[in-house]
Amino acid sequence: MLDSISFYFFASLAVISAILVVTRRNAVHSAIFLVTALLATAGIFLQLHAEFLFIVQVILYVGGIMVLFIFVIMLVNLDVAARQMQFNRMWLVALSLSVALGAQVYMVIHYAHSGVAEALFRVPPAPAAALEPNTLSVGVSLFTEYMLPFEIASVLLLVAMIGAVVMAKRRV
Amino acid sequence: MLSITHYLVLSLALFTIGVIGVVTRRNVIIILMSIELILNAVNINLVAFSRLFGSVEGQVFAIFIITDAAAEAAVGLGIIIAFFRNRETVLADEMDLLKW
Repeated sequence: MLDSISFYFFASLAVISAILVVTRRNAVHSAIFLVTALLATAGIFLQLHAEFLFIVQVILYVGGIMVLFIFVIMLVNLDVAARQMQFNRMWLVALSLSVALGAQVYMVIHYAHSGVAEALFRVPPAPAAALEPNTLSVGVSLFTEYMLPFEIASVLLLVAMIGAVVMAKRRV
Repeated sequence: MLSITHYLVLSLALFTIGVIGVVTRRNVIIILMSIELILNAVNINLVAFSRLFGSVEGQVFAIFIITDAAAEAAVGLGIIIAFFRNRETVLADEMDLLKW
């Protein structure tokens, strides 16, 4: 019961603020609503018992990436852009893309509910403490089985850091 | 009881809103924000399936996706700053340096 209430609260918060992110004229308002959407997603993670990802989401997304966005919004003069037309004329493309995506997910859900995979499509009420010390199990998996991707991710971050410094440093 | 369908539908909604933002907005900064929304929708799916199967792999992949999002935001915003210095615009359809 509490599960359902928290899920519907966070889900509606996430969807409403995502809609506001896409429709607001002022980019600062969009950034603030994106913070709300990311925090609601963090709540969904917590509701799914992924505590480590909840903390990572709050610290990294809300504390790191969003500060970066706000900085760039302050550095770039958006007054001119805010007074111009906000949407281009691609709404037909957007509409057909959304219909295609919705049809795909509908097919997945429909076939999963009608076939033998029906039992698979139900979150178990308490999965026997399979992921119980969450940070511990994520850390063990990250440093044993996924050691190589982890190191590659660190190289990716280094490359991105150098790239961002080079792009923003001088006139190119 | 909550089923995986709830999470799939929530993820679909966020993903679709993000796609609509990427396709229809003209401001590049808001396009980047919509890409963050899309990556978040994927993360919700991964974590929901990780809980469904009781295995931690989905959460590990979600961490890699968050790493990617950080790298993408840093490079993308650097490009926006460099472009704004040259052309004084952040609108996507005015970024036509390669068109003659």
